[in-house]
Amino acid sequence: MSKYILPVLIFSLILYSLFKRNNTYNSFVVGAKGAFDLVLTSFPYIAVIFIAIEIFNVSGLSVLFADFVSPFFELFGIPKELSQLVILKNFTGCGSLAVLENIFSTYGVDSYLARAGCCIAGCSEAIFYVTAVYFSKTDVSKFRYAIPVGILANFIGAIASCWICRLI
Amino acid sequence: MNIVWSGVMLVGIGLLAINNVDLAMECMFAGSSKAISLAFKLWGIYTLWLGILKIVEDTGLDKKLAKLFSPLIKLLFGKTDDYTQNQIAVNLTSNLLGMGNASTPSGMNAISGLYRGSKYATSAMIMVIILNSTSLQLIPTTVIGLRVTAGSVSASDIILPTLIATIVSTVAGVLLVKVCGKLFKDK
Repeated sequence: MSKYILPVLIFSLILYSLFKRNNTYNSFVVGAKGAFDLVLTSFPYIAVIFIAIEIFNVSGLSVLFADFVSPFFELFGIPKELSQLVILKNFTGCGSLAVLENIFSTYGVDSYLARAGCCIAGCSEAIFYVTAVYFSKTDVSKFRYAIPVGILANFIGAIASCWICRLI
Repeated sequence: MNIVWSGVMLVGIGLLAINNVDLAMECMFAGSSKAISLAFKLWGIYTLWLGILKIVEDTGLDKKLAKLFSPLIKLLFGKTDDYTQNQIAVNLTSNLLGMGNASTPSGMNAISGLYRGSKYATSAMIMVIILNSTSLQLIPTTVIGLRVTAGSVSASDIILPTLIATIVSTVAGVLLVKVCGKLFKDK
């Protein structure tokens, strides 16, 4: 079902645009011109995050950090096998998908850990990445409470994921 | 951001210097090349979605969406101008549809629409960030795809739990931004 949503929406949009006697082709071209600038402005912010993520993973810091906080996570019902995923999820979406695949192959794709992991991966986006990229068009440099609130909200989502998957 | 980034870099490079110094430069370059390949992918994604978004704007559909969402937008973001309101509406819609990176352009436009030249983020900007980071999506398409590839017997089982979890984290995020907005006034 879900795979029909976007194609059907785009189909209807083009139809609607033609019906409105709008030059659809021109609109698309004018809009698409902005893509290069957008990539160019956001690129340094993507790179700076990606370099830190590589260092974080390769140096073993992510494992050390996960071991360090997992007793605290377990208090809230997050199994220690998932703590690395919960932490990494704040930094990178694609990086945490690799950890999720690892959980699939270690514990089985239909196990409790894998389902809870999917929930954690599906319920939020990487707060550090979103903050860095979304502000890149402005000169805002003081993000104030954006990151603490983002981390806390994602953490609450992770707790909820682990409890819901126990019940359902 | 500055503290977290510098801290991760310093401790990480320190650990690598002790354990395996060869990896240090290798993985930093790996990071920047991964960023390049993501940027190329995003270039394609943004090209398609910015084209589509312009059609949405030129047909006036964004104004209709904004009207539909206007009670919610007023509640969450307070007073905003028309342009910003339209961009927020498009951003909320693309989040709901689970369009992933496609919600980035409208989100960035919404933030620059709220931008008034101050270097401090306002609570309305932080609301945009939090809504996009807790991403209220109806169907987690990427994760379902991964489960199918890994041979799950019931890959779509996780739709309902994920939906509940994402509602919990979004509501928590919105409330936290509102509370923080009261505690720390915009500068």
